Amino acid sequence: MKALRGFLDSQHHHFAKGGKLEKFYPMYEMIDTFAYTPGEVSRGSVHVRDGIDLKRTMVTVAMALTFCLLMACYNTGLQANTALAAQGLTSLDGWRGSIMAALGLGFDPSNCVSNFVYGLLFFAPVFLVTNITGGFWEVVFATTRKHEINEGFLVTGLLFPLILPPSIPLWQVAVGISFGVVFGKEVFGGTGKNFLNPALTARAFLFFAYPGEISGDAVWTAVDGFTGATALGQAAIAGPAAITVSWMDAFLGFMPGSMGETSTLACLIGALVLVVSGIGSWRIMLSMTISGMLFALLLNTIGSTTNPMFALTPAWHFVLGGFAFGMVFMATDPVSGSMTFKGQFIYGTLIGFMVILVRVINPAFPEGVMLAILFSNCFAPLIDWFVVNGDIKRRAARIKA
Amino acid sequence: MSLKKVLFAPITENNPIALQILGICSALAVTTKLETAFVMCIAVTLVTAFSNFFVSLIRNHVPSSIRIIVMMTVIASLVIVTDQLLKAFVYDIAKSMSVYVGLIITNCIVMGRAEAYAMKNGPITSFIDGLGNGLGYSIVLIFVAFFRELFGSGKLLGFEVLPTVGNGGFYQTNGMALLAPSAFFLIGIFIWGLRTWKVDQVEKE
Repeated sequence: MKALRGFLDSQHHHFAKGGKLEKFYPMYEMIDTFAYTPGEVSRGSVHVRDGIDLKRTMVTVAMALTFCLLMACYNTGLQANTALAAQGLTSLDGWRGSIMAALGLGFDPSNCVSNFVYGLLFFAPVFLVTNITGGFWEVVFATTRKHEINEGFLVTGLLFPLILPPSIPLWQVAVGISFGVVFGKEVFGGTGKNFLNPALTARAFLFFAYPGEISGDAVWTAVDGFTGATALGQAAIAGPAAITVSWMDAFLGFMPGSMGETSTLACLIGALVLVVSGIGSWRIMLSMTISGMLFALLLNTIGSTTNPMFALTPAWHFVLGGFAFGMVFMATDPVSGSMTFKGQFIYGTLIGFMVILVRVINPAFPEGVMLAILFSNCFAPLIDWFVVNGDIKRRAARIKA
Repeated sequence: MSLKKVLFAPITENNPIALQILGICSALAVTTKLETAFVMCIAVTLVTAFSNFFVSLIRNHVPSSIRIIVMMTVIASLVIVTDQLLKAFVYDIAKSMSVYVGLIITNCIVMGRAEAYAMKNGPITSFIDGLGNGLGYSIVLIFVAFFRELFGSGKLLGFEVLPTVGNGGFYQTNGMALLAPSAFFLIGIFIWGLRTWKVDQVEKE
């Protein structure tokens, strides 16, 4: 470690003011502060209430995602292997097939290692493309605007691959994340100034631009020529009886879907980490769940003879699609969500309501979590404004009285 | 101001869409194809120029209290003439533009220039101002339509530039470019580029 410190110090003069690589100071700063805690201390009066900074916040979120990441690799491999086994295939062409053969792993769905490694071979390229492309834009904007590269992208770069299907073409990943980073975040001034969640903005772009690859009618199992409907798609056509996975499998995540969001259990473990560490807002998670479940229950009771989605119970709504993942990792984004405590309850309630509204009543989209969260992101500042002004009015009235 | 300046200032210095933020509606509606955008540009440019001309001619005889109604009458007559001409000569394009030709009446640029410029200036400079603003509108419309047609269907003016997957090529069409929001993004990019170049157009916070 001393060698690294020495190396960084010896290179510092190149990047400092007047050095020949001054333009690239943000990159130097990024590597330096990634490896070491900055040595500067505040001078004058400060208002520090907590030792937590942006870097620690982001790293906590990354840790909360651990189980989702593991499940993403395992389940992608499991689904692909199951489909391959059903087709009676034991070997595959292409680079993934060669790697699997070189490792001596088959495509046996009952082999944990084979599932995990094969899933990783799908997750890793998407992850790399996301981070290289997104990182490139971060560096471009940081160097032209002469500010430091901050850690906001770390979480976006982790979340985005998790909400993509494993079969997505890599060029679409690059186009999507470019759009998400540039138009979802950088045009508004960078991390902390965006009003939409960048990862969801990127996915929404792909969703509308290339609906063939990403809209939820066909499931994305990573096998050529394999198609089928998602669980929500099945329910939209013929009601909950038509769903082919069991509730428990859906809860644990052993079903096809976007890579990281199938497992409700993994998301709930992440939720626990976020709530205990105080990073994620339990108010948003709780209100979103309650409002979504209540509205689903209401539609359940009303019933419908023409729309089979009405019969989907709240328990199913909770475990299918991206409800849990969106609730834990997307809705609680501190930048694009509401800030005030009272506002967070309203904001969460709005998301839960919109999710079920899109899923059940809108016939065009079987899944609505992404759209519901983006919609509510737009309203978050307005909600905060009303809450803050309500407080101001209440206190002004108290002083008068 | 010299006539040359009156003509060219609205293109970059005082663009009706990028700086005055007028006429956005038709910039979203008719820009999925370059061809319709061209026709729309010509129609709007001519209507703006002639409405400015006629409004300016009668500006000293119109009582201020009814000037908006008089302007509307002039503009509406011109739009009806334009609509008939389009239907006579380019029927297919006119059909694909449907109501948007008639809606030139409500295009903020036409009304805005008549009120802001033609009521205070002579007929010739007003005519030139109308032409200039029409050109400023056109440049944005053509920019937007160029990228929407290219990305959305891989074509330019109906000719295939990027061979699409559907026709055995490599290019996968971007469905987003055919939806109205993409025009917002493209206009945003245009304004971003313009204000990076002309820094004085950036609004102060």
